[in-house]
Amino acid sequence: MNVENRTAPTALVPQDRFLGSLYGRNIRAVIARGLKATWGTNWSIMISGFVEPVLYLVAMGIGLGALVGTVSGPGGQEMNYANFIAPALLAVSAMNGAVYDSTMNVFFKLNHARLYEGMLSTTLGPFDVAMGEIFLALLRGAMYATGFTAVMGAMGLITSPWALLMIPAAVVIAFGFASFGMAVTSYMKTFQQMDWIQMLMLPMFLFSATFYPLSVYPEAVQSVIQVLPLWHGVELLRQISVGIFSWGTAGHLLYFVVMIVLGLALTTNRLRALFLK
Amino acid sequence: MTKLAAEESRHPVLGLRSPLTPRQTAARARRFGSLYYAEHWIRRMRGYQGTVLMTAVGTPLVYLLGMGMGLAVLIDGNSNAGFPGADGSTVSYLMFLGPALVATAALMVSSEENTYYVMSGFKWGRTYYGPNASPLSSAQIALGHVLGLTVRLLLTTGIYYLFLVLFGAVVHPATGWLMIFTALLGGLAFGMPLLAFSATLKEDKGQFAMVQRFVVMPLFLFSGTFFPLDSLPLAVRWIGWISPLWHSTELGRVLSYGHPEPAAMTAVHVVYLLVLTAGGLVLARRNFTRRLAG
Amino acid sequence: MLSQVSQITSSRTVPETRSDFVISARNLTKSYGDFTAVNGISFDVPPGESFGLLGPNGAGKSTTMKMIGAVSQRSGGELSIMGLDPNRYGPEVRAHLGVVPQQDNLDEDLRVRDNLIAYGRYFGLPKSYLQPKADELLEFAQLTDKAKGRVESLSGGMKRRLTIARSLINDPKILLLDEPTTGLDPQARHILWDRLFRLKEAGVTLILTTHYMDEAEQLCDRLIVVDKGAIMAEGSPAGLIREYSTREVVELRFGSERNTTVAAELEGIGDRLETLPDRVLIYADDGEAALEAVTGRGLRPITSLVRRSSLEDVFLRLTGRSLVD
Repeated sequence: MNVENRTAPTALVPQDRFLGSLYGRNIRAVIARGLKATWGTNWSIMISGFVEPVLYLVAMGIGLGALVGTVSGPGGQEMNYANFIAPALLAVSAMNGAVYDSTMNVFFKLNHARLYEGMLSTTLGPFDVAMGEIFLALLRGAMYATGFTAVMGAMGLITSPWALLMIPAAVVIAFGFASFGMAVTSYMKTFQQMDWIQMLMLPMFLFSATFYPLSVYPEAVQSVIQVLPLWHGVELLRQISVGIFSWGTAGHLLYFVVMIVLGLALTTNRLRALFLK
Repeated sequence: MTKLAAEESRHPVLGLRSPLTPRQTAARARRFGSLYYAEHWIRRMRGYQGTVLMTAVGTPLVYLLGMGMGLAVLIDGNSNAGFPGADGSTVSYLMFLGPALVATAALMVSSEENTYYVMSGFKWGRTYYGPNASPLSSAQIALGHVLGLTVRLLLTTGIYYLFLVLFGAVVHPATGWLMIFTALLGGLAFGMPLLAFSATLKEDKGQFAMVQRFVVMPLFLFSGTFFPLDSLPLAVRWIGWISPLWHSTELGRVLSYGHPEPAAMTAVHVVYLLVLTAGGLVLARRNFTRRLAG
Repeated sequence: MLSQVSQITSSRTVPETRSDFVISARNLTKSYGDFTAVNGISFDVPPGESFGLLGPNGAGKSTTMKMIGAVSQRSGGELSIMGLDPNRYGPEVRAHLGVVPQQDNLDEDLRVRDNLIAYGRYFGLPKSYLQPKADELLEFAQLTDKAKGRVESLSGGMKRRLTIARSLINDPKILLLDEPTTGLDPQARHILWDRLFRLKEAGVTLILTTHYMDEAEQLCDRLIVVDKGAIMAEGSPAGLIREYSTREVVELRFGSERNTTVAAELEGIGDRLETLPDRVLIYADDGEAALEAVTGRGLRPITSLVRRSSLEDVFLRLTGRSLVD
């Protein structure tokens, strides 16, 4: 009817815009779809994802705590074992969720469900899809982090009001892992390669000062671990949880800022290579 | 002479003729069918042997270094800690933890192989329906799966045990090596009921993720693996009592360093694991037959 | 006690029976709860015959195939394959068969050639036979250059041919094919039909289900038309057409709105009239003459077509419905 009003919207002429035809300026559509899919089918599974770190906290905090006693925390102060591992478990959960969402989940939708094929045949660009997925992963991460912090409160493990800042900090950690994970996924060909990612995460989980201070290791091992992202995440949240800050805190934060920027740049580059050949 | 025989066994269109009559193949399948399916299972495993070996070697290395040595520094250094061994002696945290790690590895492999792979056989790839149309029976397919799984579990627990020895985590190797089999039994005791359950699922609506989160994870954390079950409050200690992992871990500890417990308790561990394995296997066979030959 | 023992031993002794038919069904029935999928069907298949079950989806064809394939226990009636009762001698019956299921179930964890060898091992066949046999079958299925490839890289037609090659690994005398070409493009179907035709010429008994009449006409010596679990008619494709239809058919389209109203004005032309939502069919031995009669009445169809009768027409006559919906 309104033929005369049907002028080409600017979104269809992407040449001189930021990121060109990689970006259709419609991340919202991807997010809306993701939210609908989650609430429609598997919200119970999603909610239950927050159970795992809580189980770890209860089991290790109580069970191992009885064996370990107290541990020296940020600034050298002695703290209860449960207080010591709680922020570390939050960092681990932020990492696991972000890595799962940006690797396994994206890989499945890309290669098996062929979801993105449908999305990319519309005006959406690959950048919209990537950003939308990362946003969804972070939203989920924020929910889990809030839930976990509430459990910490209920268990009497929050000793400083600064601890509330763990929630945004956990989202920053998740952002770093998700943007990097997305770039890695774009190189993956088979599900078996996904297993290799899991195999890399396990040692990182166990070695990154999660269950005991870094000081138990010889110097050489310590400096290797200090390169890994999870160690920075664990230290960052541990310092926030007790409100003891140092220049190191800023260093940890900076590590993630760099990781986010690098990850996004790499992802964008890969998308360009894959979709705009 | 042999050439003539070869000519006779070749048909112009159908090519090579089978060296066995249908009657003979049926007789072989009746006798060795489960083994034939297990053979297939192992052939399939070769397809992802990289992952299998990586898991079998990487997991023990990482856990032994991380928990067995790292965490041990904290625990052994704490005067409250001390793990009772035989005749009033105490053992180190590494020795306490070792048998639990072997048993846990079996649990994890078993939970992996008895969920998604089974679903793929019935639904995603329908790979059970191929052998089901051959002389094999549905029950033999179930049993063959269990035999193949047993091989993978033994590979896992065997390699893990070698690592324990290497790290000096076994006090009595003379009996300790038997934990390879008690861990296997623990893996089957958990895996057989799970296999029976997976065989009833028409569709994965996230049940496997739920099993992982609400069954496997709690079993892993509350079965006295990283600390004695007694250090947990009674409210959650029952999880350990019903957990096949706790029973197989305790057996491993008895074998490895003479963990003090009454002989009757040791018998309970064995009987409990055997009952779960046998019961699960009976149900799994029944469910396979219902699904494949209904 | 003693009689019980002898009963057990006798159940393991496979009887030597001689029968003129490789498959013989009497009153064969299968129900799932209240639903009767197969309702008392009877037929015999002599050796070397190519026998078809033609019917729409849900007619009971696949259920019948499963009972013949000894993977589904019948609820009633008699069934014998090579003289053996499949309920009792499952492995023995399956040892005689090659089975091509409706949905491919190739093993994607194994390479193309390994799929054949692994399958042959289920029959206890030695590797010394299986290895050359696998190469031969890959040749037959025109997949030799894919031998080391992954199953998931094959096209639909190639997967189908690999499934047929797999079903031949035990050198079976009877081949069961459930919808062998459903979902394939015309070219892939013709390649497949050619392979099946060669097997038939070599004396293999083919049992196949289909809802394509051209497939049935190409491959079947004899077929039964099945609907709602019962046999509606039985005979050769040509015989069924002779019996249930005329030599030719005129297809007329007057536009979807008008077909029904025009039908009344066509009364009396040809032997019989069928009104479908999208077209009107006139059955007549001389189609051209019938078409002239239509235009003679001053009716102008948008399109008209004179063709030979097919099994589709037989099915329409027998059930009042189309085969493919």
